[in-house]
Amino acid sequence: MRRLTLVSGCVLAGAVVAIAVVSFLWLPYPPEDTSGGRLAPPGLPHLLGTDKLGRDLFTQLMIGARIALGVGLGSVALGGLLGVAAGLVAGFATRWLDDTVAVVLDILIAFPTLLLAMLLVAVRDASLGSAILAIGLAMSAVVARLTRVLVKRVLAQDYITAARTSGTSWRRIVTEHVLPNIWPTLVVNLALQLGLAVLAEASLSYLGLGPPPPNASWGRMLQEAQATVLVAPVGAIAPGVLVVALVVGVNLIADGLRDVADPTRRRTR
Amino acid sequence: MSLLEVTGLRVAAADGRELVRDVSFAVDAGERLGLIGESGSGKSLTALAIMGLLPAGMTVAGGVVLDVPGLGRTEVAGLAEQRLNALRGRAATVVFQEPLTALDPLMRVGRQLAEPLRRRRGLRGAALRAAVRAALTEVRLAEPDRIAKAFPHQISGGQRQRVAIAMALACEPALLIADEPTTALDVTVQADVLALLDALVREKGMALLFISHDLAVVSAVTDRVVVLKDGVAVESGAVADIVRAPAHPYTRSLVASARELDSALDLAP
Ligand SMILES: Nc1ncnc2c1ncn2[C@@H]1O[C@H](COP(=O)(O)OP(=O)(O)OP(=O)(O)O)[C@@H](O)[C@H]1O
Ligand SMILES: [Mg+2]
Repeated sequence: MRRLTLVSGCVLAGAVVAIAVVSFLWLPYPPEDTSGGRLAPPGLPHLLGTDKLGRDLFTQLMIGARIALGVGLGSVALGGLLGVAAGLVAGFATRWLDDTVAVVLDILIAFPTLLLAMLLVAVRDASLGSAILAIGLAMSAVVARLTRVLVKRVLAQDYITAARTSGTSWRRIVTEHVLPNIWPTLVVNLALQLGLAVLAEASLSYLGLGPPPPNASWGRMLQEAQATVLVAPVGAIAPGVLVVALVVGVNLIADGLRDVADPTRRRTR
Repeated sequence: MSLLEVTGLRVAAADGRELVRDVSFAVDAGERLGLIGESGSGKSLTALAIMGLLPAGMTVAGGVVLDVPGLGRTEVAGLAEQRLNALRGRAATVVFQEPLTALDPLMRVGRQLAEPLRRRRGLRGAALRAAVRAALTEVRLAEPDRIAKAFPHQISGGQRQRVAIAMALACEPALLIADEPTTALDVTVQADVLALLDALVREKGMALLFISHDLAVVSAVTDRVVVLKDGVAVESGAVADIVRAPAHPYTRSLVASARELDSALDLAP
């Protein structure tokens, strides 16, 4: 049953990854090509038709996969790195430093990602980097808070006291006991965060805060197709389907990982 | 000159409650001392204070002096963490009450046992694996290879406590503190583990601080005993004397209940 979850997650997310990889090697049309005419219906030579500017939808969808994964993975890398580092520091810190970090994290978490993204776009510009930065920073606060709690919980365990009574150094306690014990929960959470990051990127792009053209983004495709959704529904449906496939796939993987990562939950044969 | 000298030890909780009050005792090299008292009387806190591992926020007063040949005479209270850590394991180490939580659930048993062997004897690779096997055999574990590869939840409680004992012995401490090492085990296993601990400590010439709430168990293992009640040492002396003529009412009730159990067994058909 668990394996099924993991496998179906991999199939869904893997399909999107495959599309993104292929997009680097081959695209049906150049992204700026408007030779197909406006709002051509699905068929040949434009598999999914064209948008209101005459660009090939399938091409845009493929580039959108690349952007969604890039922003998703980029912000998980950034948010994960910053968050785990801050969480470890807070988890090991004593009283005042720990309290300070906890308050800062709570404020950061309450701060809306959208507002952060708008501020960043105002200071920098709407770009791939700004989207990753905004989503990654917002995510790092959530990851840091989780890491902090996990570290505290592990440090309170008897096996940490036991390791210390035998003179194990702090460095080894962190690498041998703390990190391996928070890792399963952290990996599952980072996978969930990846799904949220993909959704966040779509929302930012929908609002015009995402990466600008010629980068196509699923969120912007949705926004652009909105006005013509009754005459050309494919333009809105296709990116929607891919967002759902990727997010559901990633969540299924997260669920499946839970058991793979934790030997006490693995079924003994 | 005693190996361990505890003089006027006081431990207070973060809120000021006195949990251990003015406890004094000494353990000579190779000697065995029992620390007996009901649940919550401060036995474990005394052990942790000796290791310099009291929970954060607790304050300690009074003297704990470890005088180990080769390590010099050291006052534990107020010692820098790094110097303390060099002392832990070599001067003293602890076997805890609950072997399931005292072992890291995500690390294979062999790897956990390897850590003190690696550190204490500088072993690596094949020599380390052989030492792990030998250490498991020494605590009379049949199938040492299977146990080394198992995770803690995959072996029985008695086997886990044998592993914990092997880990403590691997540190080759001058003083072994056993904090109710058999309380979590069922009665038949208790006797075996106790006999094992008794034999190995004798063989290696270690001093033993044996903590228990069970007078029968303490009298089987140690020669002298300190009776603790509500954080106060109410009585101390040779086990034989205390059993014959208990002075304090609490000690009297301890002796009486041990006798009752004994005679109940004698009367049983
Ligand atoms: N981390 C802690 N914070 C506050 N109080 C504590 C803490 N740990 C223990 N205590 C209190 O200190 C007292 C002594 O605890 P201790 O663990 O030393 O008892 P014990 O004699 O080992 O009992 P047991 O036989 O149940 O193990 C208890 O009243 C307990 O409630
Ligand atoms: Mg205790």
